[in-house]
Amino acid sequence: MLVSNWNNCPRVEAAMRSFRSQEEARDILGQTDRCIPRGLGRSYGDCSLGENIISTPGFRRFIHLDPAKGILECEAGTSLDQILSVIIPHGWFLPVTPGTSRVTLGGAIASDVHGKNHHLHGALGRHVLDLRLLTPQGHVLVCSKNENPAIFQAVCGGMGLLGLILSARISLMPLESVFIRQKTIPAYDLDELMSFFDSHHQSTYTVAWMDCLQRGRHLGRGLFMHGEHCRSHEAPQSQLIPPGCKGISIPFTLPFRALTPAGIKAFNSLYFHRKSRRTGYEISSIESFFYPLDALANWNLLYGKKGFLQYQFVLPRSTSRSGLQKILQHINSFGQPPYLAVLKLLGKGQGPLSFAQPGYTLALDFPIRPGVFSLLNALDRVVQKLGGRIYLAKDARMKKHMLWEGYPRAKEFVELKKRLDPENKLSSLQSRRLGLCQNPY
Amino acid sequence: MSKPVLILGAGSDIARALAHQLGAAKYDLYLAGRNLEELQKDARDLEIRYAIKARGVYFDALDFASHEDFYDSLETRPYGVVLAFGVLGDESLARSSREQWEKIIHTNYTGCVSILTVAANRLEQAKEGFVAGISSVAGDRGRAANYVYGSAKAGLSIFLSGLRNRLHGSGVRVITVKPGFVRTRMTRDLELPPRLTATPEQAARDIFQAITKKRDIIYTLWIWRWIMLVIKSIPEKIFKRMSI
Ligand SMILES: Cc1cc2nc3c(=O)[nH]c(=O)nc-3n(C[C@H](O)[C@H](O)[C@H](O)COP(=O)(O)OP(=O)(O)OC[C@H]3O[C@@H](n4cnc5c(N)ncnc54)[C@H](O)[C@@H]3O)c2cc1C
Repeated sequence: MLVSNWNNCPRVEAAMRSFRSQEEARDILGQTDRCIPRGLGRSYGDCSLGENIISTPGFRRFIHLDPAKGILECEAGTSLDQILSVIIPHGWFLPVTPGTSRVTLGGAIASDVHGKNHHLHGALGRHVLDLRLLTPQGHVLVCSKNENPAIFQAVCGGMGLLGLILSARISLMPLESVFIRQKTIPAYDLDELMSFFDSHHQSTYTVAWMDCLQRGRHLGRGLFMHGEHCRSHEAPQSQLIPPGCKGISIPFTLPFRALTPAGIKAFNSLYFHRKSRRTGYEISSIESFFYPLDALANWNLLYGKKGFLQYQFVLPRSTSRSGLQKILQHINSFGQPPYLAVLKLLGKGQGPLSFAQPGYTLALDFPIRPGVFSLLNALDRVVQKLGGRIYLAKDARMKKHMLWEGYPRAKEFVELKKRLDPENKLSSLQSRRLGLCQNPY
Repeated sequence: MSKPVLILGAGSDIARALAHQLGAAKYDLYLAGRNLEELQKDARDLEIRYAIKARGVYFDALDFASHEDFYDSLETRPYGVVLAFGVLGDESLARSSREQWEKIIHTNYTGCVSILTVAANRLEQAKEGFVAGISSVAGDRGRAANYVYGSAKAGLSIFLSGLRNRLHGSGVRVITVKPGFVRTRMTRDLELPPRLTATPEQAARDIFQAITKKRDIIYTLWIWRWIMLVIKSIPEKIFKRMSI
């Protein structure tokens, strides 16, 4: 069957097999020479694509929940939205969540996903107490900070290349209400936008939407948003009724029909000015704050048949400002603006292939059009020169050298992979493109 | 446990999907089948998701002699029984292998009679509850491709219809479920027409509705009722020449 991930590019012919028990998973691994795990396919690119796919969403049982301590164990194919529906009523929340809840726990660990609270709470891997890994040779290893620590670190962010994550135990975050108190602040240029991240370093959630079409004085104009979970006394009285003021959906609402550069420009201005007029705090629901796009099923298809690309990079703090400026200039001269630009501040990373490093990360969505690949190649050069790297979960196209220069610990990862997977059983289109199976240098 | 539903053959895809529906509606559950270890994991999952009680219990449809003890050893008497076990078997093998046709007949028919006989008596005493049996459209007419399987399912359909007749007025309802194509592990190697094929979740929703809405016989997908009406109405003289 034809399979593609969220951005519909690439689309490849693959044999997909699913499993319901550890034994079945082991059989599948034993019977295929080359395969790659795939969760809900919410990555943008080819990290979970290959000729043989082990599909995990059928393996999704809850194993244990300790509602007093906030510890949850479940099978790797469980989706975050299923997890939320179970833990929220017990007063717990995910310690880290990406911008969609329709991902599997295994996929989220394998990408070591970050949320809007990375600067304080790190990536998901930090909250994994332990996990069970089915190695390509058919062994089940328990991995944690204390047991098999090197493997544990590398599996978080390891893109499914070291083994199949069977289950994980994570620690949850206590929650007093299902509401978020948030505030949006306009920033008239890049410096101001970036400064808000520093002045709001103590805020749990911070993120910014950027208008990539501004030039000169207004280059990097955007809306900064910060939010906190409402304490119980701050939450609206009736938990059932949605909050009176609609949860705003920064940074994701976009009129998908207005896809011309002029349309995007007009939208950006309108959006910026409308949101800028709001002052003070707003209350929004967890869904609209964290997962505004989940309400629109299959919005990814609106980009058309060819699909789109998401370009997400992180630059070290010291070079973030100049780097972002250069990148925005490149985009401006290209004439095909991204539909979406989201800026976040990251803290320290963990695993050898984990994306995070201290600095600013920008995610840009581009429809696939003539010229976009050469634009991204040009952006690669900027990112590479400034010591940045590209997020593997969002990558469909980067060249080998980008990975090896951006991730200095990739060598360590490949050494470990040789040990755990001497026959190179686990391999994706991405891992082959990037030389993650054998050390190319 | 209060008012538990016993699912026989709880490892099947339709049964698993139905267990979620029942769990969400707060029924406690017994998950019965041969793979006890997996059923216990399924039970734990359902308990955590729906805040219900669920247990995995060992049950072998072919071990007829054990059925009465099995049923009576359940801690709480079931309020409802869903019969979901069955095998497709290998029809061409069944033409030459006694072992194969016995397996098909005994799993899809004899085993059902055996356990449902016990269940029906206990439910009748309790004067409430239901039996839902998953039969098949294959039992509506004999076809060259699967008549051993079909004849066992026909037997099951008739058994359920007779049981419904017997228990009418006793407070116990009997529901016959006739799935057409369902995309499950049982049919994983078959090529099925997408428009006529249900997902296990769709089939489970239909069964759940039949249980709660007091229906007698349901087809899932619903269109199979009409397809089978047509197929049943073809005169045998013509049907025997056809290959459908
Ligand atoms: C709208 C949207 C918003 C997003 N926002 C964010 C965000 O804010 N932050 C962020 O970090 N990411 C974000 N993402 C990316 C997403 O969180 C990751 O791509 C995630 O890994 C997807 O999980 P999945 O279950 O769909 O896995 P897939 O996309 O199917 O696979 C991703 C990787 O995980 C591996 N994998 C999957 N399951 C297993 C397993 N059981 N064992 C071992 N390896 C496995 C695969 O091999 C592959 O390498 C976003 C994606 C979307 C669509």
